[in-house]
Amino acid sequence: MKLIYRDKTWELRGGMTVRDAIRKVGLDPEAVLAVRDGVLINEETILGEDDVVRLVAVVSGG
Amino acid sequence: MKCKLCGKTAAINMRQHRLALCGEHFLGWVPTQVARTIKRYRMFGPDERILVAVSGGKDSLTLWDVLLGLGYHADGLYINLGIGNGYSAESEAKVRAFVDAHPGAHLRIVDVAAEYGASIPELARRRRGRKACSLCGLVKRHIMNQAACDGGYAAIATGHNLDDEDAVLLQNALRWSVPYLARQAPVLPAEPGLARKVKPLVRLRERETAAYALLRGIDYIYEECPHAEGATTLFYKEILNQLEARSPATKEMFYLNFLEAREQYDLFHVDREALEMHPCQRCGQPTSAPGLCAFCRLWARDEEGSEAPGREGTEGK
Repeated sequence: MKLIYRDKTWELRGGMTVRDAIRKVGLDPEAVLAVRDGVLINEETILGEDDVVRLVAVVSGG
Repeated sequence: MKCKLCGKTAAINMRQHRLALCGEHFLGWVPTQVARTIKRYRMFGPDERILVAVSGGKDSLTLWDVLLGLGYHADGLYINLGIGNGYSAESEAKVRAFVDAHPGAHLRIVDVAAEYGASIPELARRRRGRKACSLCGLVKRHIMNQAACDGGYAAIATGHNLDDEDAVLLQNALRWSVPYLARQAPVLPAEPGLARKVKPLVRLRERETAAYALLRGIDYIYEECPHAEGATTLFYKEILNQLEARSPATKEMFYLNFLEAREQYDLFHVDREALEMHPCQRCGQPTSAPGLCAFCRLWARDEEGSEAPGREGTEGK
């Protein structure tokens, strides 16, 4: 499963939740949204081996 | 995880509300929350004209979209600051694309360089020792107020969300910046020469405004301003997120209970009426010292470098 955030990509094993995957790569689940196939998915969604998930930062610092 | 209202797969879970919703119901929930906030804080009435300050970011475009959807007469104001690396050009393009997708939406654009003679980066170069962000805040506040007063709008609406307000509150509380703690509010009432300011998104978190923008297909500028002094704000937001992870709804309690406690116990009083204000000799906007206001001093070549230093405390983005 691929996790994409800005210019970074991580390869993770499937079977974990979105929240666990976000934490695994050192990001904060509160600070990003997960989008799979163009659809917003909740943090308890269990990800499959072939999923490609784009993480969208929600934090603005201005 | 299922939508609490229809049982379909949830798009978003809001732990603080114990509420998971599908995309469709979330898009209905957000405007309801905004409408409640407008009513709760008596921001404006259904017949009043509102000027929405739009930057091209998720919060301000979400706000404009929601207000239009609720049937308000909400016009947009975009201030082109002349930020380089294509930032201002891209953000203006996002705002224009939003207008194209919203027939009937009216937009006013103020180009700072064209109107006043210098972009924000150029102004920062001329005014060594002043940070671009503080100049930018000053310029935006002045232009927003001028546009609202000239256009006869009842209020200026900005897209500050709960996380923004929490970060500012934490920063000001750690410094005990009493004048700022006294003034931080969802509504700043109008004063002579100053338009009312309202923040209808203060009860929504930024992940909710971002989710709304995504679900509505609003194309917003994703990157931060290259000049952003984001580190400080982001640091406070990270701390608040850590608190939130341990104790859900901390963000809501921190800000909303602050507002209630201040009112209930009459905390952080600053007597605005005791402040003697004078009309600026050039633009007419109120200023605390006789002569030119801080904005007009920026552009007065003969006073170069002599404007007042930045105050301690922050009013946020």
